[in-house]
Amino acid sequence: MIPASFEYHRPRTLKEAIGLLEAHGEDARPLAGGHSLIPMMKLRLAKPGHLVDLQDLAELRSIRSDGGSLVLGALVTQHEMIHSELLTAKCPIIRETSLLIADPQVRYCGTLGGNVANGDPGNDMPALMMTLGATYRLTGARGERDVPARDFYQGIYATALKAGEILTAVHIPTPPDRHGYAYEKQKRKVGDYATAAAAVILSLSGGTCSAAAISLTNVADTPLFARDAGDALVGSRLDDAAIAEAARRAQRIARPASDGRGPADFRKHVAGIMVRRAIARAKQRAG
Amino acid sequence: MSADGDTAQARTQKLEGLGTRRKRVEDARFTQGKGNYVDDLKLPGMLFGDFVRSPYGHARVKSINKDAALKLPGVKAVLTANDLKPLKLHYMPTLAGDVQAVLADEKVLFQGQEVAFVVAEDRYIAADAVDLIEVEYEELPALRDPNKSMTADAPVLRDDLKGKTSGAHGPRKHDNHIFTWEVGDADATDKALRAAEVVAKELIVYQRVHPCPLETCGCVASMDKINGHLTVWGTFQAPHAVRTVASLISGIPEHKIRIISPDIGGGFGNKVGVYPGYICSIVASIVLGVPVKWIEDRMENLQATAFARDYHMTGEIAATRDGRITGLRCHVLADHGAFDACADPTKYPAGFFSICTGSYDIPAAHVTVEGVYTNKAPGGVAYRCSFRVTEASYFIERMIDVLARKLKMDPAELRRKNFIRKEQFPYTSALGWEYDSGDYVTALDKAMQAVGYKELREEQRRNRDAFARGETRKLMGIGVSFFTEIVGAGPIKNCDILGLGMFDSCEIRVHPTGSAIARLGTISQGQAHATTFAQILATEIGIPASNITVEEGDTDTAPYGLGTYGSRSTPVAGAATAMAGRKIRAKAQMIAAYLLEVHDDDLEWDIDRFRVKGAPERFKTMAELAFAAYNKVPPGMEPGLEAVSYYDPPNMTYPFGAYICVVDIDIDTGVTQVRRFYALDDCGTRINPMIIEGQVHGGLTEALAIAMGQEMDYDELGNLRNASLLDFFLPTAVETPTWETDYTTTPSPHHPIGAKGVGESPNVGGVSAISNAVNDAFAHLGLTHMQMPHDHWRVWKTAERLKLTGS
Amino acid sequence: MAKMHLKFTVNGRAVETLAEPRMLLIHVLREQLAITGPHIGCDTSHCGACTVDMNGKSVKSCTVFAAQANGAEIVTIEGLAAPDGTLHALQEAFREHHGLQCGFCTPGMITRAYRLLQENPKPTDAEIRVGISGNLCRCTGYQNIVKAIGAAAQRLNASKEAAA
Repeated sequence: MIPASFEYHRPRTLKEAIGLLEAHGEDARPLAGGHSLIPMMKLRLAKPGHLVDLQDLAELRSIRSDGGSLVLGALVTQHEMIHSELLTAKCPIIRETSLLIADPQVRYCGTLGGNVANGDPGNDMPALMMTLGATYRLTGARGERDVPARDFYQGIYATALKAGEILTAVHIPTPPDRHGYAYEKQKRKVGDYATAAAAVILSLSGGTCSAAAISLTNVADTPLFARDAGDALVGSRLDDAAIAEAARRAQRIARPASDGRGPADFRKHVAGIMVRRAIARAKQRAG
Repeated sequence: MSADGDTAQARTQKLEGLGTRRKRVEDARFTQGKGNYVDDLKLPGMLFGDFVRSPYGHARVKSINKDAALKLPGVKAVLTANDLKPLKLHYMPTLAGDVQAVLADEKVLFQGQEVAFVVAEDRYIAADAVDLIEVEYEELPALRDPNKSMTADAPVLRDDLKGKTSGAHGPRKHDNHIFTWEVGDADATDKALRAAEVVAKELIVYQRVHPCPLETCGCVASMDKINGHLTVWGTFQAPHAVRTVASLISGIPEHKIRIISPDIGGGFGNKVGVYPGYICSIVASIVLGVPVKWIEDRMENLQATAFARDYHMTGEIAATRDGRITGLRCHVLADHGAFDACADPTKYPAGFFSICTGSYDIPAAHVTVEGVYTNKAPGGVAYRCSFRVTEASYFIERMIDVLARKLKMDPAELRRKNFIRKEQFPYTSALGWEYDSGDYVTALDKAMQAVGYKELREEQRRNRDAFARGETRKLMGIGVSFFTEIVGAGPIKNCDILGLGMFDSCEIRVHPTGSAIARLGTISQGQAHATTFAQILATEIGIPASNITVEEGDTDTAPYGLGTYGSRSTPVAGAATAMAGRKIRAKAQMIAAYLLEVHDDDLEWDIDRFRVKGAPERFKTMAELAFAAYNKVPPGMEPGLEAVSYYDPPNMTYPFGAYICVVDIDIDTGVTQVRRFYALDDCGTRINPMIIEGQVHGGLTEALAIAMGQEMDYDELGNLRNASLLDFFLPTAVETPTWETDYTTTPSPHHPIGAKGVGESPNVGGVSAISNAVNDAFAHLGLTHMQMPHDHWRVWKTAERLKLTGS
Repeated sequence: MAKMHLKFTVNGRAVETLAEPRMLLIHVLREQLAITGPHIGCDTSHCGACTVDMNGKSVKSCTVFAAQANGAEIVTIEGLAAPDGTLHALQEAFREHHGLQCGFCTPGMITRAYRLLQENPKPTDAEIRVGISGNLCRCTGYQNIVKAIGAAAQRLNASKEAAA
């Protein structure tokens, strides 16, 4: 219940924040919404000697459109994403996913950056970003670099983020008009992580699927981009056989842990069901 | 119309007495953040205590190194078993005739067991100090399956009991055996089972769960060394019992101990027993001479405080081919954890489990209960169980459904066929309980009518056909539960806790200007006694409830009582309240007669006054009589208007209910939706219907949690998998359905106001209704019984076994 | 680290305190400022009993370091009634509709409902249930809480319309 001691820093600029992370290396953690980190600190599973509170970095809070992309600052909260008219109009799967994360209080504080950067396989945004083909802007002392979400996750709490880097923004290619979308999540109760979840984006052209992307949440050590599953839909009319094949291919790469949500075989089965149901809803929504 | 212009109706309304939906007096402080819970208390010089707890389920404690912790600035003391041994407090007696380690002595026996107690200036320093204490453990094989507790090669858990061939409840046949308890007629039951046309047998497991009140346990202990007086504020559902026990084990005389239960944030049986935290805080306060606060956190509460259930019940039920039950046999394996701290009345190590013949007229029955030790936390009786009644009711309600399947009979019809009939009350069951009153047929009819039972079964038939044709992937289930439970412990002749008879008490003092104060031996943890017991009194003595203060929980002022749990407050303290009220009224009647210059018998009671029979314009209100008590009493009578009642109930009470639950199960995900839940409760006279409805809503929500996902599951190493709210299932408002409540009223003939109590009924009946519904969804496909909890994966696995999942 | 000097407003009052950076906001409120309305019911940020309103958001004060709250405007249950003691419509509705029993979840629940009704002044029952899904209750089964919040919403809307 009581965290260990730490030094607290509240930089006023991004440069200052990065400088602090560089200076203290592995012993420093950035603090955004805090609703992943602080619970771990209260259990003393995390004991950073230095916390770098990012809340004053206003430049990381914007949601804007930039050419063919949507650019979201890392400190944008789930609550802000839910209430963003721009996102609701241009990329409604984000709102749908956010509403399935945690509870109202957590959503006021929890940030996009926190949800995608810490490598917790239970988080929902990573799979979503993979489906959207998003790119993460990582900023360090030596400058900026971009890493696709699909290449970012390496293992439990292990990502491509290097020491001294902060994820500062997420660039999402704006999905085409009339795209179909769905985030389907099974959980034991509000606030729980997914037993399994699937993020689907697809496009139809004259009744035939012209593009599809499918990703899975919490059925492996990392979120999974189910490339083959999406490919199974492309060129089809999203008929039962195609959907079944997509679900099968998605299940094949799922390797969930057995835990309170159920044994691995059950969770794998649910992954398939989530894929099916997400495709069905995405199909209904596609223009 | 009376002489002073107020109608009878107006006067009755003003009282806000029995039967009214009186708003709660407690709400003023709770809605403004002005409650007084233990952790709100701050005293000058107060220190904070925190525990080092065992990470292992079973291990030897080789060494404990306090040095680094003691060097941390702000740390005042670190207690271990060795510090408590000279005081003989390293073990404490439990409520079940066993002992429990206060701080681990040489061995730890469950994950989370208390090993050392740190006392520091604040909780942050205490937490840091806990981290600095080095304990060396030698891990031992953990015993987690009670079925393996008594095998030849089972590890011996209790070194302190090793070799002892008898315990508090009789002979012990193995070092991990606690007791065997038996009731009923073994021969007659055996005969009935052998001769039966149909016998159904099933293993029904009621999984280990935890009451998890939102406020955890805690206390502030303050020893005044100058006056030799100990005060302890704490989360105590039985403050007087705690005082007596504290006196017995500390040697401080009882009149020098004051126990105060302030506002309690939910009890549900979790706050009945005495925990190591209380003892350590008291010792620390005595040693250090300042107040010491201990408040556990949620994980500690789940790991180490009183769990509930963990009953493995093998049932055999015998019947004629047309559904007349002829016998019932039950063997229970009871997992008590590492110490037997089951809060049962002394003579009942399995509580009132023998109510397991339920609402049914069963001629022959036999029950055996075997209690065993495992490497889990102690407890067992908690969570609205009325002393194992939840287990008993779940057992019989599942067995009835199992029998119904076998007989291919409708489960409601099978129940109706075997009900104890109204004319049979008072009814003595085959296991020895005398049920006070009941009208089961009326209640079941009302329930079935309200939900349209016949139409629901028709809908289910259509659903099953549609499922078979592949038109739907959802299965509908209908669950019926008709429970009779036993509460109101209880008559002193057979109910005592540690030798203290389970009476209860009320003391009333009426003030000259017509208001009153009543003090009780019970203690609310949300049940609103300050609101409802004032209602009982208002009706008895004709003073508006809003003019009656009700106090509980301070042992310096409250009359001795055994506290609040097991739905006993209304049956026992409520009775005492009515009886004390009647003594007040009897004295007031004599004063009235004196003032009106008539004979006592010439007066009749009318709502809030005595009036002369045949001359109603001549009356004295209770308010007038109150004043008169202080200056105008008849010669020879003592002034004042005060009464006390210590009530020894002649019997327990037997509330009952008819619950019907409709579920829809998504076969592909295992997700169950409760479509409808109808609960009819008969708790006898209803004191405050609004409060009753609230109790039912809350109890049903607990039942939902238990039936649908709650468990305390240990792995083979003794690690508890559900030690936090991440994995311990507490439903939010989204998972909780809307509950429909209804009632019938069959008063208890032996209770002064006919009331039976209701707090625990919804947990008793709710689990069965929900579990029966889930089981019912698959019954047509050959399922006889699915163990709880009915979480997604278990339901799906059942569907898979029945070949419904296409995998 | 040495204690930090923190300044924020609580229920309209400016407060100053010294606290270690690691001190949780709930502990600062309860132990340093004697604001004991918000409660602690768990250690994994699930139960919501500690909910306060911070800078216009419902926040679980057990998951915020007091240091993060430096400069914030915080409202707790103690600040919902009017200065003259008139109870907030929610406080009255909870009493009217029996939306509490032991009272332990109540401060967090009402404080959350307060913000919920700012977000959505006319919530359906389903929306209320989602809106309070970050607040656990063991006593009421939520049913009367939902009723109370709905009733408070109606009353607040009626006053707004009357005032308009």
